[in-house]
Order: sequence, then C-alpha cells, then structure tokens
Amino acid sequence: MAGIILDFERPIIELERKIEEMREISAADGVDLSQEIEKLEEKLNKLIEKIYSNLNRWQRVQLARHPNRPYTMDYIERITSDFIELHGDRYFADDKAIITGLATIEGRKIVLIGHQKGKNTKDNIYRNFGMPHPEGYRKALRVMKLAEKFNKPIVSLIDTPGAYPGIGAEERGQAEAIAKNLFEMSRLRVPVLIVIIGEGASGGALGIGIGDRILLLENTWYSVISPEGCASILYHDAGKAPIAAEAMKVTARDLEKLGIADEIITEPPGGAHRNPSKMAEILKEAILRNLDELSKIPIDELIKKRIAKFSQMGSWDE
Amino acid sequence: MVDWFRRTKKGLLGTEKKVIPDGLWTKCPNCSEYLYKRELERNFWVCRQCRYHFRIPCDDYIKILLDGDYEEFNSNIKSNDPLKFKALKRYSDQLKSAISKTGSNDAIKTVIGNISQHEVILGVMDFRFIGGSMGSVVGEKVSRAIDMARERKFPLIIASSSGGARMMEGIFSLMQMAKTSAKLARFHEEGGLYISILTDPTTGGTTASFAMLGDIIIAEPGALIGFAGPRVIKQTIGHDLPEGFQRSEFLLEKGFTDIICERSKLKQLLIKTLDFFCLNE
Ligand SMILES: [Zn+2]
Repeated sequence: MAGIILDFERPIIELERKIEEMREISAADGVDLSQEIEKLEEKLNKLIEKIYSNLNRWQRVQLARHPNRPYTMDYIERITSDFIELHGDRYFADDKAIITGLATIEGRKIVLIGHQKGKNTKDNIYRNFGMPHPEGYRKALRVMKLAEKFNKPIVSLIDTPGAYPGIGAEERGQAEAIAKNLFEMSRLRVPVLIVIIGEGASGGALGIGIGDRILLLENTWYSVISPEGCASILYHDAGKAPIAAEAMKVTARDLEKLGIADEIITEPPGGAHRNPSKMAEILKEAILRNLDELSKIPIDELIKKRIAKFSQMGSWDE
Repeated sequence: MVDWFRRTKKGLLGTEKKVIPDGLWTKCPNCSEYLYKRELERNFWVCRQCRYHFRIPCDDYIKILLDGDYEEFNSNIKSNDPLKFKALKRYSDQLKSAISKTGSNDAIKTVIGNISQHEVILGVMDFRFIGGSMGSVVGEKVSRAIDMARERKFPLIIASSSGGARMMEGIFSLMQMAKTSAKLARFHEEGGLYISILTDPTTGGTTASFAMLGDIIIAEPGALIGFAGPRVIKQTIGHDLPEGFQRSEFLLEKGFTDIICERSKLKQLLIKTLDFFCLNE
C-alpha cells in the first residue's frame, strides 16, 4: 500500500511484499508456489492478529491518524447515493473542515455531517487539517435544524485534531459556536447517531458529537485534549505524548470500559486504512442497524434518554 | 508605610513572598501598585489605580453578590480520580493539596441565597482549585444547580473562572460540557433565567459550554475569555496576538458578551436584571 507506513506495520508490509514477489515469480516462471504462498498468507494473518491485538494506546492514536485512513468523504462516496453537499453557515463562510449534506443509504434518507481532513498537503490546507472554525459548527447546526424540520435522522462522523485555535476563530466565537451546538443537539427532535471514525479531540469533536448513541471505530481515540496537548501542559514536553495517551486512557476500548462508548465497530484486519471498502461496508451496517433501533423509540422518550445518557457521565464520590 | 515596604522589597527579597500575602499590603499583579489589603477588600478586590480585578476565592465572591446568609449544597461531592491519573504529579495528590488550600472539595461552590428580594441559585468557581478546571465534580455540581433552579423556579447565576476542562479526568471532563449544556437546554425550555458571569480567566471547555449559554452574559473588565488559550494560538499562528485579544472588551466588541460590569457594580446590575425578569409589572 502506498503512503506512510507506521513502524509497527513494517513486518506486515515486508511479509506482504514477499508474498507479492512469490506471486510474480510464480506467474513469470510458471512455477507452482501456491503451497508456499498459502503458508505465508497464513503466517501473515497470524502476524496481523498478533500485532494489532497488542497495540499500545499511542499506536492506536497513530492508526487513528493514519494518512491512508478513510475520511468522511470516502465513506460518503462508498455508502451513500445521491449525496447533495450543502455549504455555508449563512452568516460568514463555508467551512471546508466540516462537510454537511443530504444522503441516501440503501434508500434511507439521512442528514450527514462530518469533519473532513485532507489527503495531501494541498488538500489539507484547503480542509484546514480537519480543524473547524465557528462557521463549521454553525453550518452543522443549520443543517441539523433542517434535518429536524423535515424529520430526517442525523449521522455525525467525527475526525478532528481539534477546533482551530486562531485569531479569526476566537473573533467569531469558537466557544459560543461549540456551546450552542451542545445545547441544541441535546434537544434535536430526530435520532442522532455519532460515530468516531478517526480522531476525537476535545470540544472540536464534541461540537458535533451529542447524540443518542456514540459509536467508535476500533482504532480511534477520543478525549478532552490530544495526547500532545496534555503532554506539553502536564509533562512540559509534547514528546511525552505516548505516556499522556496511556494516562488519559484515550482509545475506543478505554471509552467502552469507562461507559462512554455504546458500541465499538470492529475494523478490517490491520485497520480501516488497509481495506477502506470493507470498512465502509461494516460502517454502513452499523449505521443502518442503529438508526433502525433509534427510529423505533418515540421522540420524547429518545430526548429524555439522550439527556439522561450525558447526565450520568462522570465519576465522583459523595 | 511606603518606606517600610521599599525596604522589604530591597532588603528581604527572599522572604517577600511570605511577608506580603499574610501582611497588610499586597501588590497589584497588573500595575505593581502596593495596595492596603483592607481597603482592597472594601473595593471588591479591584486595584484603585488600574482597576485590575483580582482573582478571588469563591467565598469572597459569594459574599459580594449575596445578602447575608446562604446555604451551600452538594459540598460533599468529591473526585474519585477515575483514571488513577499520574503525570509529573499524582492527580490524587493535587486534589488533596487543592482541598487543603481552598477548604472546598472542588473548583466550584453551589449555594442558595438571596439577592435583594430574589432567591437565587448561585455557582461560583474557584481558580485556586487546579486552575478552576472542570472535571466530573464541577460538571455534576453545575448540573445539579441547574436542576435545582429548574425545580424551584429560581434564577440561576454562575460566575466562571476556569482554565477549561480538567485533563486528569480525560473523556469524563469533556462530557461535562455535554452534560451541563443539555441540562441548560431543559432549563431554557421551561423558561428559567440563567445569568452567566465571566471573570478572569474563563477559557476552554468551560467557555465552550455553560459559560457561553447565559440568557444574559456579563463580563468583568479585562478578563481573559476565550476557547483556545493565547499561548496555543500564538504557537499555532506563529506571531504575536493583537493588543487586548480575548479580553472582555474584545468580546463585547465582537458581540459575545452583553455587558461589561465592574465588580463593585455587579450586584446592582444583577438586582436590576432580576427585577426586570422576575418581578411583575
Ligand atoms: Zn493595579
């Protein structure tokens, strides 16, 4: 696979190359190497399982940020038909770090919103590395209110390194925009499904993250601050991010244990980036199944449950 | 007196820190003017020279706003360090020392009391407690204060001073933003009045949740108010920030606070506002 290879992925990639070479030799020379290839493939599967079941938290963070990982638009292309993208917050601008639109998945009409990162440097500058300004949150809210008006469920795909910390963002009320979304999303009168597909950094993620269910792909992280941010404040050294990731317990599995995640969506072997099509298929199933279940709950009860869900979050003694 | 002070400054540098906080005088962190503490207290902890508003303990702030006696509730809620968090310091040790320093169990006090003829629910954050950060306890106490205001149909007032969400409780801290905002949405739907007071500093997850959701938002002069901290912004954009950036006056100019009010006039403003919304014509 083209692109960046993480350290812990290297043995897998090497073995894959070896298998590929043998296939080429076999094809070119007409030698039957199928038994050897089969053996190596078995070895490969075991290796993948071994490596990925033993990843530490920092390695999961790296997978969540993998440049080849599918982003919101990749899922839109793979699982929706007739996607109509809607632009702009109607106040200031169109934020390219958040995509919003009308989507159809297997005949089911939904309103879809999601962070969008770039695929390369140029694209990343265009998308501001998936870091929204206030207008992104306001666009999302505008489109969610539209969903509410026409009684369409909302799916929000989260993948951001954080809300953008800049002068314009502060001038235009980053805090107000996020706060407003938390306030309004908690009482939207349609089902809202949240899926963390990559990085869930702080208020930048939560700003489109209030819903009836919170699903996390297996190799994602979600916390109050990025491991680097935590490390630079509490360890005075951003390089201590791997330790901070451990201390803050940031992975999907951690969130399951802490009672925040409703469901962990298993990724294809080796992670979403190794098989985006398969990943999209799995995600589609999870979205449709959850929306089916949520749509059966009367709306007043659903909102009551939604508020109760967030109300019980936290841990204290008294 | 002035001479005595100069001598202290020159001659006893090493002990200066110990002498001043417990002594009769204190130095304004903004203009360096030496201020007589008793006078400073009478002036609502505002520097008479530069109008700098001192960061003050929540008990002092409560006394400034309320008439006479008040009753604290949920004071026994304590953090149980759910992640067993340890960085350079243990979170459990930080909690212990903050508790002994402030005499409260976390970074907010929630009370029920009176302002003029109005019974109100008041929450006041305390910056001395781990930077006024919001973890599970602050989130829960704010949420219960909102619920109490809703049940009793009392106005709700929250004075924030907070560095944001508390990292040592990870995802739980983040979710307090969701929790408090959801509670406020319900309060709002039932017609509750919520006045948010922003004091120095109010940043991060606190600003991006209950602090920015007031029906009326009042800021103290010169307070730092924002989402991202100035240091992070400076690092990200790679140049200096404009003068007055993220201060109350900047927020007023940009349209994110209703009014800036000096601490000495705050109570009068609250009374007028409460009278307007809560008294019959
Ligand atoms: Zn001064």
